[in-house]
Amino acid sequence: MDRNQSRRQVAAMKQSLFDQGLLDEQFIQLEELQDDANPNFVEEIVTLHYRDSSRLISSIEQALKERNPLDFNKLDTLMHQFKGSSSSIGAKKVKTECNLFREYCRAGNAEGCMRSFQQLKREYAALRKKLEAYFQLARQAGPQETACRSK
Amino acid sequence: MDNGCFSSPRHDAFPAGLRVLVVDDDPTWLRILEKMLKKCLYEVTTCCLATEALKKLRERKDAYDIVISDVNMPDMDGFKLLEQVGLEMDLPVIMMSVDGETSRVMKGVQHGACDYLLKPIRMKELRNIWQHVFRKRMHEARDFESHEGFDFEGIHLMRNGSDHSDDGNLFAVEEITSIKKRKDADNKHDDKEFGDHSPMKKARVVWSVDLHQKFVKAVNQIGFDKVGPKKILDLMNVPWLTRENVASHLQKYRLYLSRLQKENDQKSSSSGIKHSDSPSKDPGSFSILDTANKQQNDVAIDSFSYSDGSLLLQMDATSHEGNLKGIVSEPTTEKRRGSTGDIPDPKIQKSSQKSLNQPFTSVESSEANHAVFDCTIPTQYSWSEFPKGPLKEEQKTLVQLEDSLSQLPLHGNGTQHHIHVDQSQSIASINSNPSITEEEVAAKLETKPLYAGYESDYVSPVSSIGSAVEVFPSQSKSLMVNDQSSEPTFTSNLSLKAQGFNRDCISDLDFYQRNLLLGGEVASAPLEEDLNFFLLQTECYNMNFGLQNIDMSEYYDPRLIAEVPSHFYDSADYSSVDQSLFIA
Repeated sequence: MDRNQSRRQVAAMKQSLFDQGLLDEQFIQLEELQDDANPNFVEEIVTLHYRDSSRLISSIEQALKERNPLDFNKLDTLMHQFKGSSSSIGAKKVKTECNLFREYCRAGNAEGCMRSFQQLKREYAALRKKLEAYFQLARQAGPQETACRSK
Repeated sequence: MDNGCFSSPRHDAFPAGLRVLVVDDDPTWLRILEKMLKKCLYEVTTCCLATEALKKLRERKDAYDIVISDVNMPDMDGFKLLEQVGLEMDLPVIMMSVDGETSRVMKGVQHGACDYLLKPIRMKELRNIWQHVFRKRMHEARDFESHEGFDFEGIHLMRNGSDHSDDGNLFAVEEITSIKKRKDADNKHDDKEFGDHSPMKKARVVWSVDLHQKFVKAVNQIGFDKVGPKKILDLMNVPWLTRENVASHLQKYRLYLSRLQKENDQKSSSSGIKHSDSPSKDPGSFSILDTANKQQNDVAIDSFSYSDGSLLLQMDATSHEGNLKGIVSEPTTEKRRGSTGDIPDPKIQKSSQKSLNQPFTSVESSEANHAVFDCTIPTQYSWSEFPKGPLKEEQKTLVQLEDSLSQLPLHGNGTQHHIHVDQSQSIASINSNPSITEEEVAAKLETKPLYAGYESDYVSPVSSIGSAVEVFPSQSKSLMVNDQSSEPTFTSNLSLKAQGFNRDCISDLDFYQRNLLLGGEVASAPLEEDLNFFLLQTECYNMNFGLQNIDMSEYYDPRLIAEVPSHFYDSADYSSVDQSLFIA
């Protein structure tokens, strides 16, 4: 029962992540890829993502500091990469923010970029926190069945 | 898996065991894709750098069946990689990106991608990628039919008994053979000819100079805008040729023209024909001729005669490797003969890049530029509107003869591209007329640089012959490339004679004779120009040429064998042919 309860909790948490629009289908895809050969696949991917995305965030931050003028091309490129990385785990809200940022870049709107980036960092941090909680709970609940969902 | 794609047991379980090369700088996606592909029972190799990927591909040409690559990569533009792979290896390439803008997708298709996936990518999308491999082989097989120099070894590759595809029809050897004889089977053989065989490598029709001349004449007659394969076929009146052969050749021709035109536009018309839109020397880029003088090691270029038109050598990489073995050196190889300094960067539009070497710009460099063509077979191209316009000469210099080609007048645009298909073994020298005057060149340029265009498009190894722009009759350059997947490569020997070019220069130059067999279509220089183009035909066995050295692999090995006009023929030169030119 305890186990079931834990599992239900995990499921509920996951569901809420979806409901809040933080995650999309891609996350489920990752879960489906998880199998005996790679039992921690989802976490592995998320970890890879964190590594790559933190690096990109630093780079963007650095680029934003070099104002006068801002190198919009560079920012756009970096953000494009960041978006790609975010798409890999299904970070929905973060991706949306990426698009916004890129719009500002194309418009040459420095203020917009700065604001958007701040928002993006918040979203990114929030998701990261929630995912960590999720994985922790999932580990406690024990091995779970692979997500089953009709394709 | 062993090397021959068809001979490996893998084929029996097709599509399982499909060998995929994934290239992406995003480590997260690389891992995800690897996992997904493994789940599809494919054999996966991952790379995070395009240069690394190219290296792997070149190491073992037949080690992979399909390439999946991201568009944005730090060391090389994904589109460039796409082109190179198409040209050199003739493998289907799938592009992917998180950016799905229509313009980007269009660009991908234009460069020859056989598909463009948007990230996040679903498993089911990956499950179906085998269709691209299959399709390609089917098209290749279809070429057999009109192929004269049918390579039975290739047929042999077709496996009997690999019947598992649920969908379908695999080719049966016998069928292929019979199809081969068939004249104009438009799609008939699609459904019925094939038994269960794994896709086989294609045999290519070799577009000889004469054939190409006929083709061009027909096209001109009909009017470039109204041209269509059926019309051309009828006009050409070549019994064994099929509509598909013509269609494929036409496609390549169009691409060639449009590419020439693009290049012309882009290229500064300096005296040297230099393509520099892409770094020629960059490993990833396809630089046809390295201006470095490879000559020394290359064939004795001095004796090359190149035709001033563009020799379009198409090499069809029929061999599964799909690359022109003998063909032009790949970008990284230094096959090129010492070409003039202005080795143009091969701007191969299409994925298939032919390494065209800029025709020597005689103006500045007296050396002969050897056009090294690279015969990578172009990947399929999709129809795209190509910029039309007169093709400027800027053709890739196919062959640059280093010799005293100074005579070749290269005017800003008209770079005479000589394609020297220099096959390590014996290559017929392509005659190029260094002495083409600028005006001539200019005139020629209009005619489409056949080869140049072809190269890129050609799936088959195309050794783009230096587009002697002038050589080609001015045809409407807007060739659209259509029918990407099929590239009928004919294995017949193409010999292009660039008559036009042969003017005086030829006599001055030692003609480098080589027989290049280009598998694939080689666009012949405009016949009207009377140019001698050498068509390189990779697959074709150069029996006629006596270039036995060409190392024919089991499959059609794209070797460029250019048939040199008899007068150019100088057996002595054979030995000097630089092997480096051809990738063995």
